Amino acid sequence: MYLPRVLQSCTRLLPCDPTIMALLQISEPGETTAPHLHRLAAGIDLGTTNSLVASVRSGTADTLPDSEGRHLLPSVVRYREDGGHQVGAAAKAQATLDPLNTIISVKRLMGRGLQDVKTLGSNLPYEFVSGESAMPLIHTVAGERSPVQVSADILDELRRRAEDTLGGELSGVVITVPAYFDDAQRQATKDAGKLAGLNVLRLLNEPTAAAVAYGLDRGGDGVIAVYDLGGGTFDISILRLNQGVFEVMATAGDSALGGDDMDRLIALWIMGQAGVSDDVNHSLQRRLLHEACAAKEKLTECEEADLSLHLDNGIQWQGKLTRRKMDELIEPLVKKTLAPCRRALRDAGIGAGEVEEIIMVGGSTRVPKVRAMVGGFFGREPLLDIDPDKVVAIGAAVQADILAGNKPEDEMLLLDVIPLSLGIETMGGLTEKIIPRNTTIPVARAQEFTTFKDGQTAMGLHIVQGERELVEDCRSLARFELRDIPPMTAGAARIRVSYQVDADGLLSVTAREQTSGVQAHIEVKPSYGLTDKEIETMLRNSLDHAQDDMEARRLREQQVEADRVLEALQAALREDGDKFLNREERAAIEQAADKLVRLRNGDEHRAIRKAIEKLESVSTVYVDRRMNANIQKAMAGHSVDEFK
Amino acid sequence: MPPILTQNHFELFSLPQRYVLERAQLDARYRDMQRSVHPDRYASASDQERRISMQQTTKINEAYEVLKDPLKRGRYLLELRGHAIEDQQSSHQDPAFLMRQMELRENLAEIREQDDPLQALDRLAQEIRSQYGALESALAQALDDDAEFEQAVTLVLRMQFFKRLQEEVQELEADLEDELY
Repeated sequence: MYLPRVLQSCTRLLPCDPTIMALLQISEPGETTAPHLHRLAAGIDLGTTNSLVASVRSGTADTLPDSEGRHLLPSVVRYREDGGHQVGAAAKAQATLDPLNTIISVKRLMGRGLQDVKTLGSNLPYEFVSGESAMPLIHTVAGERSPVQVSADILDELRRRAEDTLGGELSGVVITVPAYFDDAQRQATKDAGKLAGLNVLRLLNEPTAAAVAYGLDRGGDGVIAVYDLGGGTFDISILRLNQGVFEVMATAGDSALGGDDMDRLIALWIMGQAGVSDDVNHSLQRRLLHEACAAKEKLTECEEADLSLHLDNGIQWQGKLTRRKMDELIEPLVKKTLAPCRRALRDAGIGAGEVEEIIMVGGSTRVPKVRAMVGGFFGREPLLDIDPDKVVAIGAAVQADILAGNKPEDEMLLLDVIPLSLGIETMGGLTEKIIPRNTTIPVARAQEFTTFKDGQTAMGLHIVQGERELVEDCRSLARFELRDIPPMTAGAARIRVSYQVDADGLLSVTAREQTSGVQAHIEVKPSYGLTDKEIETMLRNSLDHAQDDMEARRLREQQVEADRVLEALQAALREDGDKFLNREERAAIEQAADKLVRLRNGDEHRAIRKAIEKLESVSTVYVDRRMNANIQKAMAGHSVDEFK
Repeated sequence: MPPILTQNHFELFSLPQRYVLERAQLDARYRDMQRSVHPDRYASASDQERRISMQQTTKINEAYEVLKDPLKRGRYLLELRGHAIEDQQSSHQDPAFLMRQMELRENLAEIREQDDPLQALDRLAQEIRSQYGALESALAQALDDDAEFEQAVTLVLRMQFFKRLQEEVQELEADLEDELY
């Protein structure tokens, strides 16, 4: 059986090219194990204020700089009248001059509805319009842009940077998200990745990423706390490290509290000092925030910072801010972060004294007052020598390297949790918790429902996230509509609804009527996100893919999947095909595989899809047996007790 | 060997069906199994392998969650023995037990009036923990030694009372701390 090798660059090239076919015929017949191909992978820290991309090269994880040696990419996108855009420092430079078209802190808008952004809107000057979907759009001179599109533009820039530096196409990325991000915010991030043409291997929680970078550096087992104060979000995670296994014990936070808020408090004080009235225009607002941020940074090193602000009446106001004063201003904010810290400790079932190390993440944690208060809370000095700006990207790069398949022997494992309880709306606007917060993921739960009307064929479920009892106090996640329930008398149907939260922290729902075995069709209406259809449309419309024919794209996708399935199967059969399969089973598999190989080199993507499904169905029993054996092997090191 | 998806939690962890277990052993097996099947190991694998990995990991997580919690483990064992406890089941607890529960609840309600509420709450939490521990020991005896399942059901239902109380203590602790700091 001839099987093509998966070359990392082949996704860009058409399979019918004879040169490529020749290159693909490298599989030596006598080979027992496929020598490992290094796949290009990267970790992306998509931050509120700054973003970074990192990758593992020659065994070391490092952030990648741009052509001017800058590692940080300001998460700023400026849209121009000609329909184009700029990302990064160049865009940031325009922020005070062109506030309506220069989008900063877009992360604060991800997974949020129009009502939410209007509340945040007092701090963000953009013009919002409601689009057709649940997502609010930002009006710019280049047209309407959703927060997902703006984030995709940032990711695209990072992708370019990585591919230029690494010299090839990325096979996959890990994108980090605040641990406290809810399902809508996570889905929006994943959608942005998709829109930027990235294969998102995993959404990784930022504190966990930081723990990985730390763990790599220090080794050692124990309990650590990660205090992550980003530009717009705050996370606290308590993790236990045990021989390469990073287990999150609990996580808590505030997804609307960050370093930006510190800037705001300082800006408010400056306004008072400078005699500026409350009603500031967008430009002045930006200048105030810029000045506040600069002062905050200066006061990390010095006791005093000079302030200079160009007012609207032409006057250049000068002032001074002392460290003491700033400490006073920001203290309530830092205090606010300690409540989630207490909750995380409580949920983890440990006391502050049991935490052995504290890792600080995010530029704002450089502020001495923050370090002092956090140190005081835990009763120990936080670690100072880990770069709070880069640590998340580094950790993400390490995991990306592993998930891409570059390190098959690596024992590192990340066991993360769902940060917010998942619940369902029940009678009277109450919530019933299905999956409690801090449950290790992946996790699944099931519930049984029945119909209340004769012949009822549909049902609606409203899923929410949060800890409160009333639906209105929780975050609405989505409405799931179950269709095609076989009509029966009221109360006769037994509909089993399964909720599955995957390793990215994303929920999917399936439903099956038990007596008939009929799978219900589920239509998802995200409360704050994009439907699959909308993403398809966006992909089609985005400039980068204007050249792409959707058919050609689908064909490539199926070919990549076909190669993956065939490669895995080839390796498996070589290893233990004889152990787990009898002659008939093996013959059926090889027959289906041969068919797939033939179709894969053609141009009918639907036919390839069908052949993949056929091969999967005949090899399920084989894959099952292998994976079961894996588990048994893993347990073989322990003494097996007698059991009934 | 039975496919993992049909094994019960004890079989999955290769543990005997007993209430008493060694936590360190459970944890070590959990980590070893996850190292082998977790989606992180299959991120670049075929869709089929990823699906199966997800199912198996989920099952392992579910089993671990049940086995590591004394109350859930007790309930589960009773279920395996044919004495499943329905969610709404009320037990006929003896009056002395119910009196004690009422006292603890009154205690909880009066915490805010104490001079040092957090201290008082801490003492109450200790009391609850110690009672809960006593129940665990009694449950181990009933299940493992005596096979007294009726008694075990009573004990599990008592543990549930205490569990609820513990949750309320935690909530009050959270509120008091947030108000204080």
